[in-house]
Amino acid sequence: MTNIIGKITLSFQTFKAHRLRSFLTTLGIIIGVTTVIAILSLIEGLNRSVASQIQSIGSDLVFLQKHPMVMAGPRNLEEIANRPDLTPDDAEAITRLSSVDVAIPEISQQASKIKYRDHEVAQTRVTGSDENYSRVNNRFVESGRDFTRDDVLHRRSVGIIGSYVASNLFPEESPVGKELNIRGHRIMIIGVFKEKGAFLGQSMDNFIAIPYTFYEKIYSQRRESVIERAFFGYSVDIKPVPGKIEKAIDEIRELMRRRHGLTFDKPDDFEIGTQQRLMEIYQNITRVGFVAIVAIAAISLVVGGIGIMNIMLVSVAERTREIGIRKAVGASNQNILLQFLTESIILALIGGIIGIIFGVLLARLVSVVSPLKAAVSFWMIVLGFGFSAAVGIFFGIYPARRAASLNPIEALRYE
Amino acid sequence: MAKVSIVCRGIDIYKTYWRGKIPVEALRGVNIEIKNNEYISIMGASGSGKSTLIHILGCLDSPTSGEYYLEDKLVSQYTDLELARIRNKFIGFVFQNFSLLPRLTALENVALPLFYAGVKKRERVEKAKHILNKIGLGDRMAHRPNELSGGECQRVAISRALVNEPKIIFADEPTGNLDSKTGAEIMEIFDYLVEEGNTIVTVTHDQNVAGHAKRIIKLKDGLIQHD
Repeated sequence: MTNIIGKITLSFQTFKAHRLRSFLTTLGIIIGVTTVIAILSLIEGLNRSVASQIQSIGSDLVFLQKHPMVMAGPRNLEEIANRPDLTPDDAEAITRLSSVDVAIPEISQQASKIKYRDHEVAQTRVTGSDENYSRVNNRFVESGRDFTRDDVLHRRSVGIIGSYVASNLFPEESPVGKELNIRGHRIMIIGVFKEKGAFLGQSMDNFIAIPYTFYEKIYSQRRESVIERAFFGYSVDIKPVPGKIEKAIDEIRELMRRRHGLTFDKPDDFEIGTQQRLMEIYQNITRVGFVAIVAIAAISLVVGGIGIMNIMLVSVAERTREIGIRKAVGASNQNILLQFLTESIILALIGGIIGIIFGVLLARLVSVVSPLKAAVSFWMIVLGFGFSAAVGIFFGIYPARRAASLNPIEALRYE
Repeated sequence: MAKVSIVCRGIDIYKTYWRGKIPVEALRGVNIEIKNNEYISIMGASGSGKSTLIHILGCLDSPTSGEYYLEDKLVSQYTDLELARIRNKFIGFVFQNFSLLPRLTALENVALPLFYAGVKKRERVEKAKHILNKIGLGDRMAHRPNELSGGECQRVAISRALVNEPKIIFADEPTGNLDSKTGAEIMEIFDYLVEEGNTIVTVTHDQNVAGHAKRIIKLKDGLIQHD
């Protein structure tokens, strides 16, 4: 025990004698660990926010779409475009399934600009759905009223706006009862959704929901291009009976195959996804980023480690006489080995600690100046610490062994 | 007075080292026996092999051939770790150039062998202080080597050699870097240590220094010329 403390004290004495040199040596590790901590905590922050966003869409939803959730790699767009469109009737049929609580049709597009007197909002999403929209999407109508069956059946020109639209178009008055104009159609605002917040700096409240029957009137032109036909049609959002999500997926698949007249030898011409699946896809994407970061970090840590090895070799050469003296008074090879190894480990750890501090500060800074929210976890700090200790051991062992294997008399003669 | 016994014995010791591609025969068959409480001076011109001999006797170097025994044990059979223990506890070494660690204080330098012996800190400090007081450096303990005179440095080095109570002390030109007055003071310390029962071997080419010893071994061209 006294030996360990003695060795650590000894190391610090050496660093004090070479303050600038020690700092420059650890720079590689500082930069490596800083990068790892900063980027990991940003990815972690992103993950958490995505997870909470996906959950806030509504718990345990099942999505029925014409196109796959994520288009990974080249796919036959033509094939997807030629599939039959999903329709509000499909949603109605799915709602009648025993494992399904409720299903809604959903279709949306982005409006370029919406104006009200001298105020305007841009990139507002216009979504067509039915009276169960808020129930399925975990939305809540804060003021005014929700859609009714009649609004949908009678193709009423009514809309419920997101809180972002409300606060930007109507900063001083209540929006309920006011009229907006989209593509020459007047829409009467009947309600305002409660705020959901921003996701990756983009507001989730910049949208307006209208009955899908009315939506079809506003966006009545045919979808011509392959992309439009593949992606811009209806999808169906399904809320299954609690605990029956697997059964719901089976029933929906069976129903849709029947409705599309598919024989048993034909593949599905629709896609069924779940939030679980969405989460997995997202995690796969971030995993790629994660691996890339680890690779970059590994390179910078190797560079840092070589820096440490270099300076330790210099240190061994400079202190050859010291090693000789220590051996002459009874230091064993192991004593010398541990002395130099302790030094390189502590050097690396100091770099690691500084890197952790810088990394956390950098992540905080990014959180302050950008919409990305960093989340520093304990395991990252442990990782940073462990990595730098490993670098210290790995790159310190060779110089330390060289020091330990010096012949005492040759070391003593060294000038 | 301790009983007379053989501390170390070298039989037919050869040492050849290479200066580039040229072999240098530093020792060419030296036989030597050192008894307990002896005070020996090894003399010889530079290049006579006296330093090589004392390094081998002090286990800092190993012979090319020949047998060297410490208390009847063959040194060549020791492992590196055992050799380190022997250098630590059995042998005390004093060098011409003092060989103190510049960053450590006098006290820390003296306590260094105790550190490697695994002695607890408080005991290390106590023992080192005791010896430094005895050797007359009680007021210089916190000084670093560059703040001490040559004579003081050598006294620190002697204290360091003594601190683990070794069976034998080797001194390689202990007065070589000192003026004659300081050198004489150091020799008085050796005289006193022998009186106390220590075994001392010095290497020197200085007749005055050798004069203190009770036995003089003259070395020439790697051979003992006179014992």
